[in-house]
Amino acid sequence: MMSRPVLLLCQLMVAVVALALWQFLTTVPIFGRVLLPPFFFSNPVDVASQIVDWFVRGVIWKHLLITLLESVLAFTIGSVAGIVVGFWFARQPRVAAVFDPYIKMANALPRVVLAPIFALWLGLGIWSKVALGVTLVFFIVFFNVYQGVKEVSPTVLANGRMLGMSERQLTRHVYWPSALSWMFSSLHTSVGFAVVGAVVGEYLGSAAGLGYLIQQAEGIFDVAAVFAGMFVLSAFVILIDLLVTFVERRLLVWRPDGAGGHG
Amino acid sequence: MDTRKPAAVALDDATVAFRLADNRVYTAVEQASLTVEHGEFVAIVGPTGCGKSTLLNVAAGLLKPASGAVRIFDQPLTGLNKDAGYLFQADALFPWKTALDNVAIGLEIKGAPRAQALERAQGWLTSVGLGAFAGRYPHMLSGGQRKRVGLAQVLIRDPKILLMDEPFGPLDAQTRQIMGNLLLELWNADRKAVLFVTHDLEEAIALADRVVIMSAGPGARIIGDWRVPLARPRDISEVRMEKEFHALHREIWSVLKDEVMKGYAQSSQAPAEVA
Repeated sequence: MMSRPVLLLCQLMVAVVALALWQFLTTVPIFGRVLLPPFFFSNPVDVASQIVDWFVRGVIWKHLLITLLESVLAFTIGSVAGIVVGFWFARQPRVAAVFDPYIKMANALPRVVLAPIFALWLGLGIWSKVALGVTLVFFIVFFNVYQGVKEVSPTVLANGRMLGMSERQLTRHVYWPSALSWMFSSLHTSVGFAVVGAVVGEYLGSAAGLGYLIQQAEGIFDVAAVFAGMFVLSAFVILIDLLVTFVERRLLVWRPDGAGGHG
Repeated sequence: MDTRKPAAVALDDATVAFRLADNRVYTAVEQASLTVEHGEFVAIVGPTGCGKSTLLNVAAGLLKPASGAVRIFDQPLTGLNKDAGYLFQADALFPWKTALDNVAIGLEIKGAPRAQALERAQGWLTSVGLGAFAGRYPHMLSGGQRKRVGLAQVLIRDPKILLMDEPFGPLDAQTRQIMGNLLLELWNADRKAVLFVTHDLEEAIALADRVVIMSAGPGARIIGDWRVPLARPRDISEVRMEKEFHALHREIWSVLKDEVMKGYAQSSQAPAEVA
């Protein structure tokens, strides 16, 4: 492995080279022809100035906040529902067996097709986007919590029983921590999907948010703004991901491999 | 000691059978009769897969015998054995709790106030030599340390009977000796009834008052019962040098050897060659 500063330098070089190449190919003619027409590919300088412009004028904050709010709501509602249903199904195998085909069916459905329905039911405000995010987050959390309860080590369970735990105490001290640990280990995936739900929902019909911003720019062939929107979105997701990593480190201290995930 | 006290554990003609996936019935243990007196340390030794652990699980109430009776202090056993503490072979600590919380939980579920439970747990961690490791999670402890925490977790509840399923099996030889001495030291304080399962005859003789031998399964039976004439308190590593130890070891091994070979032949599905 290389040392940290060297690694950082290499990573930076990749960005610099890519941006330079992009700038070069979109502005400098080669044999009398620009290889990447700026109309379709814009160029890094324009994209950067668009991003700066958004932040200087302050228009971006509103869209960021809306997307953040939708993501947080989708994540919270989807997680709570996933935990409750996952726990319930795992502890009641009969209920799980009855609903099993329907769960599979619902999960197999590409969620994008639900967007028009949610827009119809819940309007073009934030709730149709939250609903889309919930349908994504719910299944990830549900499957992980279900698995977490099912995969409790039989020895640990027998130990709990021999120590005199009642069913309620087993739930609290054994099933619950196990289920939560599985859920936490899928935190990156579920948070990511909450954002995906929000942005895709916005893209398909809304009046605010990062998805809306990108969609608007695309509508007027403002390619620089489309790329600018994508970069802001990536930065937004990376920031959230860092936050998740931080939370995860705190919550899963007891795990030998705190970063292992079950997507 | 009051000799009139009822036996801590009494298995009477216990037969344990399992239904296999293809609906055949597999008899693990056949007509086993075994008593563990009050304050007695009994070790069960047998070849791999002979059903020693099965017998232990019957005494714990984790398994029901197909026929025969289980009596705990002269009361028929129904459900789990509430008088027993069980030390498992595999890791049984709660991985999401610190060593301290793992030990304290036994008192907490009985309704003891948390502060008091933690204080007593700290005391128990100290007596198993882990006073400085209270805040560690199980994965941060070595195999031997985890066993110590497990021992404290079981003993803090002050069970009248201690059931141990090859508890030191996964440990290396030195750690096993240290753990054996620790166990004897703790046991010596109040002499609980102990049923200790192992495949290691030397360990059994060094620890126990009585050594019980089981035949190879299926349909394993108890085929021998020896009293260990070694004085207490013992030191595991020193007691192995004594003449009585060797004599008894030779005597029991002559019986056990054939069963070990039988068990080996069955588990490897190959004709056994006696060494």
